[in-house]
Amino acid sequence: MSAFDPKSFEKVLLAHVDEPDSHTLGFYLSHGGYEGAKKAILQHKPDEVIEIIKKSNLRGRGGAGFPCGLKWSFVPKSTPKPKYLAVNADESEPGTFKDRVIIERDPHQLLEGIIIACHAVGIRTAYIYIRGEFVHGARVLEKAVAEAYERGILGPKVLGTEMTLDVTVHRGAGAYICGEETGLLSSLEGKRGLPKIKPPFPAVEGLFGCPTVVNNVETLANLPHIMNRGADWFRSIGPEKSPGPKLICVSGHVNRPGTYEVPMGINLMVLINDVCGGVWKGRKLKAVIPGGTSAKILTAAECDVAMDFDSLASKGTMLGSGGVIVMDEKTDMVDGLYNILRFYHHESCGQCTPCREGTGWLEKIVGRIRAGNGRMEDIDLLVEICEMMVGKTICVLADAAAFPCESIVKKFRPEFEERVKGGSGFVPSVSTGGPLVQIGSLSSHNQETRSARAAHHG
Amino acid sequence: MKDGASAVKTWIPVAGPEVPYEATPAAAETGGPPLEFSPAAKKRIQEIYLRYPTREAALLPVLRVAEKEFDAIGQQAIECVAREMGLSPAAVYGVFTFYTHFRREGEGKYILQVCATLPCALRGCRDIVHHLEKRLGIAPGRTTADGRFTLKKVECLGSCDTAPVVQINDDYHEGLTIEKLDGILDALP
Repeated sequence: MSAFDPKSFEKVLLAHVDEPDSHTLGFYLSHGGYEGAKKAILQHKPDEVIEIIKKSNLRGRGGAGFPCGLKWSFVPKSTPKPKYLAVNADESEPGTFKDRVIIERDPHQLLEGIIIACHAVGIRTAYIYIRGEFVHGARVLEKAVAEAYERGILGPKVLGTEMTLDVTVHRGAGAYICGEETGLLSSLEGKRGLPKIKPPFPAVEGLFGCPTVVNNVETLANLPHIMNRGADWFRSIGPEKSPGPKLICVSGHVNRPGTYEVPMGINLMVLINDVCGGVWKGRKLKAVIPGGTSAKILTAAECDVAMDFDSLASKGTMLGSGGVIVMDEKTDMVDGLYNILRFYHHESCGQCTPCREGTGWLEKIVGRIRAGNGRMEDIDLLVEICEMMVGKTICVLADAAAFPCESIVKKFRPEFEERVKGGSGFVPSVSTGGPLVQIGSLSSHNQETRSARAAHHG
Repeated sequence: MKDGASAVKTWIPVAGPEVPYEATPAAAETGGPPLEFSPAAKKRIQEIYLRYPTREAALLPVLRVAEKEFDAIGQQAIECVAREMGLSPAAVYGVFTFYTHFRREGEGKYILQVCATLPCALRGCRDIVHHLEKRLGIAPGRTTADGRFTLKKVECLGSCDTAPVVQINDDYHEGLTIEKLDGILDALP
């Protein structure tokens, strides 16, 4: 484990967020604000900006970690259609609350990033899609956008140049699926937030059928700093293949939960112990979900890992949105998994059968195990259903439900078995609306069904 | 054969100028005259239209205007939005019901949205829900008889570091204890 001294690490994205006026344009301008955007527009052709960002190896901070410059380069150069930027400020992955800090405390950093991205790709219209619950955040953003228009930072002559850019804050209304990029685009078009099949990818056919870049708030907030300080500076932070500063959100059973800016690749145990003051109440660590609830769980023994895209992938999980959820030794994993599955069942848009039905089945089965009505074969059934969900749907919500389920069941199987053994032995009757049937009283019947099933699988 | 062909032909609609859908005010069903946007709201809606290349894309923002204008969204507000935007009420209703965060007709003056997702659950949101159930005498999803409070259990509010969290109308209340929450509720006008 490498030692990490939070005091010696120079904050970039969160450098000013603790100061009272950090959200105002005056403050931002007096701290070198919009210099990066000016530099990008006046000193670099769009293609050069794309090259700089490619060279910096900035990877998308929304969850997938896709190289930002490469994503931009997929947008067709000459097209008669307008191009759009959709800023993903939906921040709805459980355990994630990093973009909120930028939105509420440093919105001009985001707007400057938007200007740079739009210059690079040749975009004149950008929408910031912010989740409906962030009422305060939307107000702060709207005020920042209005201020920027008044001062000629947005509008027909961006920062006094020939560039034109319109930015609109668009509020969502409470739907996790709108954080998925194509679901977000459907929602922006005024429809139900249903994801669409890819390809065509948004870069070619996105918003209103036109080429569209979808970038996360944190990704865009990195751009001014890269323009100001160069791609080499960016690459000097963190591991070679996923460099840069990273916002990590830590929640759950730690002494100091919060959003922390750390170098990418920080050791997870160092993060928990040195940055967040360790597991609360002097208890031992049991498990960590490292990248929002969609990520596979890590047991305490697996937590000596670097927090970057590739290191976590090599442990079979993901950095995702950087939402670290810490669980202490007293955490009931059956209960925790039930909570996660209820979330995904509630948020499934219902388009694809494996997701619509699968999330519901998983919730019901874990629910009955939790309630003491489970059967031993339920545990394998859960894993089996997860296998039938992954990779079989339009978007990855089904995968996002299956990953935590499969990993928690496999890594904490004894807890599920104990819950089944300690249960009352009741199972709901298979006939709809019928009375509860006790396994004990029908053991011979049950035995028969089981052997019949075994023969069938035979 | 010839007769058959002409019979088929009658199924083809006559092409004509596109007429925007005009919803019939369903005053008889919903009670009272149909709702209308105020001139100020109409002006706001015109400004919203300018921000989008299609009329339909303005639907969520216009629903927000309706939510503010009529205090909540019910059948009449849906029809008003549909008339304003030239959409069918069914289309507006379909979009409206996909999202959970609009204020619906019949909900209380204060909507208490308790985050119940994992990070909040790990830090005691269950106690908050139980306390509110007892204090208000209602189950989640219900509204008190005096119309003052609606209690909702909602999914992740994106404020996990300050769990447990309750959103009361527009505002987040973070790092709650039962005492702190009681203080907030007692102070509501």
